[in-house]
Amino acid sequence: MEQVKPLDTEFLSWALGDTSNLTPQQAQKLSILRREDVVKPTFYVGTGTCGLGAGAGETLEAVKTFVKENNLDADIVEVGCVGLCAVEPIVDVQLPGKNRIAFQQMTKDVTPAVLDAIVNKGEIVADHVMGQYRDEKTAAWDGVIFIDEHPFFAPQTRWVLANCGLMDPGSLEEYIARGGYRALKKTLANKVSPDDICKEVLESGLRGRGGGGFPAGRKWMFARANEETHRYLICNADEGDPGAFMDRAVIEGDPHRLLEGMALAAYAIGAQKAYIYIRAEYPLAIARLRVAIAEAKANNLLGDNILGSDFSLEMVIKMGAGAFVCGEETALIHSIEGKRGMPRPRPPFPAVSGLFGYPTIINNVETLANVASIVDKGAKWFNAIGTEGSKGTKVFALSGKVNRTGLVEVAMGTTIRDVIFSIGGGIANGKAYKAVQIGGPSGGCIPESHIDIEIDYESLKTVGAIMGSGGLVVMDEDNCMVDVAKFFMDFIQRESCGKCTPCREGTRRMLEILNRITRSDRNESEQDTLERFQSVVHMEKLGQIIQDTSLCALGQTAPNPVLSTIRWFRDEYEAHIFDRKCPAKVCSELLKFEIIADKCKGCTLCAKNCPVGAITGTVKQPHVIDPEKCISCGLCMSNCRFDAILKK
Amino acid sequence: MNSSVSVIEEVQKILARYPDAGRDQLIPILQEIQGACGYLSREAVVEVGKQLNIPTSKIYGVATFYNQFRFSAQGKYHIQICRGTACHVKGSAAILDALVRELKINPGETTRDGLFSLEIVACIGACGLAPVMNISNNFHAKLTTQSIPGIIKSYRQQAAAAKGA
Repeated sequence: MEQVKPLDTEFLSWALGDTSNLTPQQAQKLSILRREDVVKPTFYVGTGTCGLGAGAGETLEAVKTFVKENNLDADIVEVGCVGLCAVEPIVDVQLPGKNRIAFQQMTKDVTPAVLDAIVNKGEIVADHVMGQYRDEKTAAWDGVIFIDEHPFFAPQTRWVLANCGLMDPGSLEEYIARGGYRALKKTLANKVSPDDICKEVLESGLRGRGGGGFPAGRKWMFARANEETHRYLICNADEGDPGAFMDRAVIEGDPHRLLEGMALAAYAIGAQKAYIYIRAEYPLAIARLRVAIAEAKANNLLGDNILGSDFSLEMVIKMGAGAFVCGEETALIHSIEGKRGMPRPRPPFPAVSGLFGYPTIINNVETLANVASIVDKGAKWFNAIGTEGSKGTKVFALSGKVNRTGLVEVAMGTTIRDVIFSIGGGIANGKAYKAVQIGGPSGGCIPESHIDIEIDYESLKTVGAIMGSGGLVVMDEDNCMVDVAKFFMDFIQRESCGKCTPCREGTRRMLEILNRITRSDRNESEQDTLERFQSVVHMEKLGQIIQDTSLCALGQTAPNPVLSTIRWFRDEYEAHIFDRKCPAKVCSELLKFEIIADKCKGCTLCAKNCPVGAITGTVKQPHVIDPEKCISCGLCMSNCRFDAILKK
Repeated sequence: MNSSVSVIEEVQKILARYPDAGRDQLIPILQEIQGACGYLSREAVVEVGKQLNIPTSKIYGVATFYNQFRFSAQGKYHIQICRGTACHVKGSAAILDALVRELKINPGETTRDGLFSLEIVACIGACGLAPVMNISNNFHAKLTTQSIPGIIKSYRQQAAAAKGA
C-alpha cells in the first residue's frame, strides 16, 4: 500500500468539529476545498468507468495539452461520474469568479475548441453545454441553464450521490470540507452508545438497498444481541446484477462516504474487522478504495484507536472472482473464507454465525453510504421523505432504450413514469415503451399499464417485480419479452451454483422450454412437437416448484423474469407458441427473410456471405432467397447496404 | 511464461508475499498468479497446493467455480464482451456473433496466431454506453455489428506495427 502524507492535525481537529464558529481563514479554506470559487482556471474531467468507455482518457490528455499549449496556470481534477452517462465524456470548467459550467460529449476532437472559446474568448459553445452549477458567490453565465433545472437532474434527490462527479474522489480533504467524517467524530467524541446508533438507524427506516429490503437497524441489533463479542462487518460490493452499476459509481466517485458509513456500522455492531467484497471487474473502484483506505488510515480515521477513542477497525478489500451467487450472504461468506461460493441453509443467520463462525453483518454499498448522513442529520431528516414503508432515496442505474441513460437518485415514492419519461427523457428514437425490467435476474417487468406505480418495496411486489439493487433496463417495441426471459434464464442457469436440485436442474429445464418456444418448426418431427407442447404446459408449474423449493434467494427468485413476462405479455408467448412468430422480430429462428426486388442492386454481397448458399442471382439483377435452405441467421440483412432485405 | 520453471519461480515469489497464508488467502493468491502469468497452469496450481497444504483437487474445485479463472493462455488482446441486460437489449448477441465470425473462434478460445482471446462477461457496469466490450482494458462503447471489423483490424495493425518495430 502506498505511503500517504497525513493531513494537518490542526485542520482535522477544527474541520471535523463544530463548523458554525469558524474564523474567516478557516471558512475560506473550506470554501476553497469545496471549490466554491477558484483562484485559477479549473478543469474537471469525469473519468469513471463509463466516462473512460466514452473516451474520457483521451479527453483528459486533450485538456492537459490545451493547458500546456496555452501556458495556463490551471488545475485539472479527475472526478467520478455525475450520472448522465448518455452524454459522456463530461468536462466541467470553472473560471475564477464564474460559475462552474459542465460541457457534454467532449471527445478529444472537440475539446480544444470548446476550451479555447471559454477560456480565451469567454464564449460558450452552445452545442456542448450541459448546464451550470448554481453558486451565490460567483457570477452566472448568461443564457446557460442551471444544472438544478436540467430535466435530468431537477427531479432527483441526490443524497448518496451528492458528491459524485463534483469532488476529487482521491482527496480526503475535499470529502471533509463537504461535511465528511463529522458524524464519525461526533459519535466517538461524545461516546454515543452503539445501541443508540442502531436505534437511530432503525428509526430512520433505512432498509437494505441490495434488494432484500430488511431494516438495517434491526439487523444490527441481532448482531449486538449475540454474546460473542468478536464480530465482523462485510460490505457487499459484488454488484452482480447485469444492468446495475450504482455501487461502482458510488465507490468511484465518493469512496470515503462508504468508508465512513462502514466505520459507523462497525462501531454500532461492535465489529473490529470489516471486509469490502468487491467485484474484480471493477478495477478503478478497487484502486480508488485502496487510496481512500490508505488516506483514512494515515489520518487515524481507520485503524487503531480511531480519533483517539478506544474503537479500532481494520479494513480489508476482498476481490470477488466472478460468481453471481456470491451476492447471497452465506455464499459470499464462503467466498471470503476461500471456498466455493455456495450458500447454506439459514438459520443460523450470519448475524448469529457468519464469517469463520462469528457473528457477521452484511450490508450493501448503498445502505452503508446512507449511514453517515443519518447519524449526522438524524433519523427524522432521513424519514421525512419517502413512502409509508420505504424511506429516503434509491439510486437506480437507468439503461436500455431510453434517451438519457445514467445514474439517478430519486426519493422513494417517485413513479416509474417520472424516472423514465422525465429524468430519462422518454424512449429513444421515437419508439413506443413496452416494459421496464427492474431488479435484474430476480426481478420482473413493469408494463405500460402499471407505469404509474410508486417506487416502494411493497408496491413493486404487487406487480410481480421487486426493488432489487437498482437496475432499470427500459425496453421498447423492438424488444421481444420471450427473448428477454430467455436471456435471464440463460444467465441464471449458468450462475446456479449447483448445490440444490430445483435450481440446478429446474433452471436448465426452464431454459430448454424457452428454447423450444423460440425454435423454428423446420425439420420438426411429431415427437418434437408433442414434447414442445408438453413442456409449455408445465412451464408455470415448474416455475412455482423452483420458487418453493430452492435453497437460496437465487433459485427462489429465478423464475420471476419468466413468470412476470408471462403475466404481462401472454400474447407474445402465444404468438411464439401457436403462430410460431416473433412479433418484435427478435427471435431469429422464427423469422423469414425476403429480398425486396425493387431495392436490390444485385451487388452479390448477400449471396457471398450466406453460410448455407440459400441466396441465388446474377450480378446487377435482384437476388432471391430460397426459404427451404434459409436458416434465418440474418447475415444477409446485416451485410446489405441498400436495406433491400425484409424480415417478417 | 513458457517454461514451467519460471512459472514456479513466479508462484513462489507471489507466495512469499503471503506468509502463514491460510485457506482464506487462496482466492487472492490465485488472482495474483493469474494476473502475473495470464492463466492458472497446472504447475502453478500444484505449487500453491504444496505451499498452502491444500489438496490440488480442492484448489481446482474453487478455481473452476469462479468465472474469473482461466486454465489456458489468453491472447495478446483479451476481448471481454459484455452480455449484461442493458447490452442484450441493445443487441449484444449480434455483436458477439460478429466477433465470432470476425475472429473465427468461440467464446473461451484463443485465435491460432495467439492474438485474440474472447470471453463473455456478465456485466462490465457501463450500461449507459451499451453495448460495450473491453479489449485489454480499453473500452469500446456503443458498438454496432458494422464497427466490429474495423476495431479488430486496428488491433491487428497495432500488433503488426509492434512486430515490425
